[in-house]
Amino acid sequence: MKGTCTITTPEGITLDFKRANLGDRFSAFLIDMGLIVVIVLVAFLIAVTLGGSDLGVALALLVSFLVRTFYFTAFEWRRRGRTPGKARMGLRVIDARGGVLTPAAVVARNLTRELETFLPLVAVFSPEMLVPGGTGVTRLLTLAWLIAFGLLPVLTRERLRLGDLVAGTRVVALPDVALLPDLTARLAERQATYAFAPAQLAHYGNKELHVLEDVLRRPWIEPATLRIISEKIRKRIGWPDDQPVEPRRFLEDFYAAQRAGLERGLLFGRRHADKIEARSAGTPGERP
Amino acid sequence: MAGEPRSVAFRRGREATWRELETIVEQVEKQGPAALDAADVRALPRLYRATASALSVARAIALDRNLLEYLESLTARAWLAVYGPKRRPAEAALAFARWWPRAVRALGAPIGLSAVALIAGAVAGFALTVADIDLFYAFVGDGYAQGRDPTTPTAELRAGLYSDGDMSDSLFTFASFLFGHNARIGIAAFGLGAVFGLPTLYLLLTNGLLLGAFAGLYHVRGLSLDLWGWLLPHGITELGAVIICGGAGIALARAVLFPGRSTRWDALVSAGRTAAGVVMGAVTMFFVAGLIEGLFRQLVTDIVVRYTVAACTAIAWALYIGLVGRERAS
Repeated sequence: MKGTCTITTPEGITLDFKRANLGDRFSAFLIDMGLIVVIVLVAFLIAVTLGGSDLGVALALLVSFLVRTFYFTAFEWRRRGRTPGKARMGLRVIDARGGVLTPAAVVARNLTRELETFLPLVAVFSPEMLVPGGTGVTRLLTLAWLIAFGLLPVLTRERLRLGDLVAGTRVVALPDVALLPDLTARLAERQATYAFAPAQLAHYGNKELHVLEDVLRRPWIEPATLRIISEKIRKRIGWPDDQPVEPRRFLEDFYAAQRAGLERGLLFGRRHADKIEARSAGTPGERP
Repeated sequence: MAGEPRSVAFRRGREATWRELETIVEQVEKQGPAALDAADVRALPRLYRATASALSVARAIALDRNLLEYLESLTARAWLAVYGPKRRPAEAALAFARWWPRAVRALGAPIGLSAVALIAGAVAGFALTVADIDLFYAFVGDGYAQGRDPTTPTAELRAGLYSDGDMSDSLFTFASFLFGHNARIGIAAFGLGAVFGLPTLYLLLTNGLLLGAFAGLYHVRGLSLDLWGWLLPHGITELGAVIICGGAGIALARAVLFPGRSTRWDALVSAGRTAAGVVMGAVTMFFVAGLIEGLFRQLVTDIVVRYTVAACTAIAWALYIGLVGRERAS
């Protein structure tokens, strides 16, 4: 499927991960780089306030190297594929084949980071550091070469960094989803006000059900909007005009009945993806 | 047509299990697996399997999207908690110290090729510079020369080998800087291997030429013995690390060019993971070299001691890489 990355766990469950989009990855990267800069600055500030001795400056330099080189590795190793930036953006690193994210893979995908971020910057701003004594043409070629590295995620179909290629890893979006109360739970407290006939439940499929779920789960919604939606549904399913309805109750009851109907259909092996499939298939819950 | 949807009863029966798993997973994510108590550690795999199978069932019977998304997210998080990286750092470091020499030996051929490239560059640079001293400028950029070029008087060159002038009062700083700088070159040599190894070979050759050109310059002035005494104590470790990084890069190139039976991508992945580990070890070597270079070299100016230390580092590395991690002959 487009935009997903399917892995099979050792238990044989397939998990579809949404591939992280480049914007989120870039934001996560900026957050992490910001943290690195802060740590390095603090290290140097401490060194300077302690009198700027050689030992202090040397330690600060060492800290800055270690942080720059191992920040990503350390977090992705210890925090299950999440640096603070990735955690903030709901991203994670996973093994592309569903296995354990090994320390070796984490190390491999982060060692190449230097090439993709630091070197292209150097190539742009001071190419003579990379190709000492090189001519203009060599510099230009080096520049093009390194920028191609940096752009690899934009160019590859799966949005892979060089590091992901080498290590066999993927970055996926995995926001923490909270389990909300079931929408039909409210019906357990009150009797359903409106009853629907099987024929009235034959007009919609899973897609429309999910849209309705989204609407009903919104913390606040314009009463007028609810009225428009309930009118639309009322017309489509042929609800008699002479029986006026209270929009929210009507939609809640319809949602519960429709879901029960479609789920019963699933047990008989009938899956209606949307209203077009539902219309051509006939009434749910009845044998064709 | 009344009656509650099937998935409601399904959820009622299992929700407690999911919540329990969620609590444990959250704890693992926040504090690491070590923070779990024994009961939770035992419960985690059981709860994970139960939730994973609930996800399979839910996909077949449930149309509550929030429920499905929750279960997918929870299963994925639990999967990461169960199959995430596990080892403690100290344990991992020890295992790494045993694994690394073996991995280096396994990459013998690419590392050999890398050494040949570096040495060929050095020999060529040396021969060409000795034949025509002006070629020195072709191999060494101004930034690297730092006032050590064919116009420098011999006495000044010699003095440079025995005290680094203004550098000597900030030895630690210098050592730190050198380490970072050299490690970066090594990592670049490795990473560039993924694109057919040509940049890696280029990097090795140019660094060899640089080294050879310096050696040529000092040779012409009759300072060979002094130069190598200055260079080798840290140089053995540092050049060894450069060669190993280059070899790791060439191993990547080999996987891309000659993948054998597996696909290019698979070959790159499996070679990449080993090679990256080898490079991590090489970064440690750069660290050691930086310490020797920044501290020892400028404190000790006796040429006999310098050569002795150089020999010791050579023997130590040879023994470590050659012997550690071999299976005991039974």
